[in-house]
Amino acid sequence: MLRQRTSWITIIILIAALLIFAAATSRNLGTFGITVLSGLFQAMLLFLVASGLSIIFGLMDVLNFAQGGFFMIGAYVAYDVHHPGGLIDMTGAIPNADLRFFLSILAAIVIGALLGAFLERGLLRPLYARPIFQLVLTFGVSLVLVEAVRFIWSTTPYSWTALFSVREGYFTLFEQQFSTYRLFVIGIGFFLIVAIALLLQRTRIGIIIRAGVEDSGMVEALGINVRAVFTLVFTFGCAVAAFGGAIAAPFLGASIGMSSSFLLSAIAVVVLGGLGSYVGTAAGSILVGLAIAVMANYSAEFLNLPVLASMTPMLLLVLVLLLRPSGLFGERR
Amino acid sequence: MNPTDPILTVQAIHTFIGQFHILEGVSFTVPRGSISVLLGRNGAGKTTTLKSIMGMTPPREGTILFDGQNLIGKRPYHIAQLGIGYVPEHRAIFKELTVRENLEIAERKRGDLARRGDLIFDLFPDLKRLYTLLGGNLSGGQQQMLAIARALVPDNRLLLIDEPSEGLAPVIIEQLMSAIERLSAQTTILLVEQNFRMASKLAQLYTIIDDGRSAISGSMSDLVRDEALIQRYLGVA
Repeated sequence: MLRQRTSWITIIILIAALLIFAAATSRNLGTFGITVLSGLFQAMLLFLVASGLSIIFGLMDVLNFAQGGFFMIGAYVAYDVHHPGGLIDMTGAIPNADLRFFLSILAAIVIGALLGAFLERGLLRPLYARPIFQLVLTFGVSLVLVEAVRFIWSTTPYSWTALFSVREGYFTLFEQQFSTYRLFVIGIGFFLIVAIALLLQRTRIGIIIRAGVEDSGMVEALGINVRAVFTLVFTFGCAVAAFGGAIAAPFLGASIGMSSSFLLSAIAVVVLGGLGSYVGTAAGSILVGLAIAVMANYSAEFLNLPVLASMTPMLLLVLVLLLRPSGLFGERR
Repeated sequence: MNPTDPILTVQAIHTFIGQFHILEGVSFTVPRGSISVLLGRNGAGKTTTLKSIMGMTPPREGTILFDGQNLIGKRPYHIAQLGIGYVPEHRAIFKELTVRENLEIAERKRGDLARRGDLIFDLFPDLKRLYTLLGGNLSGGQQQMLAIARALVPDNRLLLIDEPSEGLAPVIIEQLMSAIERLSAQTTILLVEQNFRMASKLAQLYTIIDDGRSAISGSMSDLVRDEALIQRYLGVA
């Protein structure tokens, strides 16, 4: 319990330091608000990739390098379903853009789940005795996903053009316009953080997953089909990542670069949060997301060094590991 | 099946761990309602024998019959579901789960824990007091009781208990012994135990495993009188 408390204090101090730094380097309250909002937006998307990465790694000892690829696929599927042309053109069948957006998210989740289930059952399962092979396999799959996108949707990044009501909305605060869509994504993100936490704490499958993170062999010896749980968790993790890509797409568009950039930041989140810790992953996502936005704002205002923002997750990872070698909420090994 | 048939028959099993040929022919039977014990020196293959029965280190050769069903080739969860409870060496309590969750996870049907609660808390009254604590915060003895209790949640007909006395104080060992003894009225028990005094008091039957082979089986009352045999295989007197 004491360790938990120092973990919380550390993360609160880090976030407070970031916010103070952001306030000091912002021109006015408006830009400060923008920075915080876009930081939380980034944080929620990161969480949707990192949560799957963390739970899958904790339970199955598989570092799923394809997790970023699922995020990217989600973005492309959502884009494709929502816009005219492409693989599936729904604009004629469903003229209502809001309904079509809902459908595009659903499509991304289903595709992510199907691909995830296939990856676990078909490709990973024969390799549980060979962890290194699994690592190479998921890395290979992430490349295959990128090439598949290149093949299906070409290499040019798409930017989201077909608007719908949540995406169009704005509200004004401190004489600055804010997008309601960012708020919408942040709301969904916080909802999922709490929902997954409740799922892990309160349900039988949650107990099984937490026990499996500690000792999956013993869980199986109690009469639970652990491999079926593996498939379920892996599928869920991939579906959540694809969902993240789908809700990111209206703001970030769809591009091949999403795959590796979100994967790398998510790995940073999982490691600095503490391997296998759900709380650490959630807190780490918020920390890294805010840090990226604060650094992007700082470099835009003072340094003109755009690369600083993309370096931030790794810099933060180094900093946190120097302070706490097992991550913020990690068990000392 | 005939009630006089043994509940478990292990016949000439060979188990490998990686390249290593750990069990080179282990055979014994466990009669219904008995406490049987596997004896032998460290590294003789007792734990591997239990893991082979559970399918955790599946044997390459031989047969294992549980109530007439062959367990060879079945996955551990399936074997457990047939009615075998496993209490491993070092207890394998889930440290991040509460005592309550450690018991709940062992349910095979809804309400197992409620049904068996009386039996469990009657045997181990301490667990009730510790219900909301994390498994990792329990003492070694409390963890051992929880590990046995966990195997009692479903209606298991056979319990495999590996080294229950390991690392525990004599007072705690006494408590455990009396619990296991009372338990044997309900279910059949196969024990692995280094503590010969404990094993000889509890078990009616023994099998000595020596260097990966079952060397000799018999009744415990004969073994305690045969000092030469004890000296030869167990190195204790």
